[in-house]
Amino acid sequence: MENHILFYIPAIVAVGATAMTITRANAVHALLYLVVSLLAVANVFFLIGAPFVAALEVIIYAGAIMVLFVFVLMMLNVGPEAARAEKTLLRPRVWIGPSLLAAVLLTEMTYMIATGPAEMVAIRTVSPKAVGRSLFGPYLLGVELASFLLLAGLIGAWHLGRRTRIKPAGKGDA
Amino acid sequence: MATLPFIPGLILAAALFVLGLAGLLARRNILFMLLSIEIMLNAAGLAFVIAGARWQAADGQIMFLFILSMAAAEVSVGLALILRMHQHLRHLDSDRISEMRG
Repeated sequence: MENHILFYIPAIVAVGATAMTITRANAVHALLYLVVSLLAVANVFFLIGAPFVAALEVIIYAGAIMVLFVFVLMMLNVGPEAARAEKTLLRPRVWIGPSLLAAVLLTEMTYMIATGPAEMVAIRTVSPKAVGRSLFGPYLLGVELASFLLLAGLIGAWHLGRRTRIKPAGKGDA
Repeated sequence: MATLPFIPGLILAAALFVLGLAGLLARRNILFMLLSIEIMLNAAGLAFVIAGARWQAADGQIMFLFILSMAAAEVSVGLALILRMHQHLRHLDSDRISEMRG
């Protein structure tokens, strides 16, 4: 296990930033930590020889999807009182049970992965050209299905996001 | 020639997935639940890309592309639903969506 130090630095950053993400009370802070985590994962992608996916991680995940979250957060206009209300929900009694169960699962999964067969494989960069040839060759049907899915997402978001007159809550039927 | 950190990479993917799972189980704010789902999807994509690098094939990266488009569609619909919920209830607490009395 030589010179994996370049891998461990972004790995530790990713895990730390993700842990900060799920524990913040302020949603904007959580989003910014998640952007750091995604950039660290993009770093890992670049190290293991997947530059195309690293670029997509930065552009689409850390760029587009997180910007979508930020826009929605601005539209919701949650203030400091929302962060205070969130803090009261973050008592140890609430999160200790799920965290322990998740830690048990992680221990088991780590054990199973670490005791598996480990061969030394050299890092070989899979170029964007190879990805594109494979994407529009054997996986063409998957591309079509992804386009259907994106169209469904577009129509669903448009339909749900329309401004309609809705009755305020608490008047019986809603 | 540098070797691939295959097992540490898979353990990193597992750790990120479990962090997302813990966040999904522990939080009640629906925005944070959606963020946790994003973390879990990203961790699954990381596992695919590392496995693809292990066999030096492009298939793992293609699976990541599909996961990416799925996450984009899911997040757009999810955020539209969150907007509707906030219009309706003026709150993001998922425990308040109890009108169906399920």
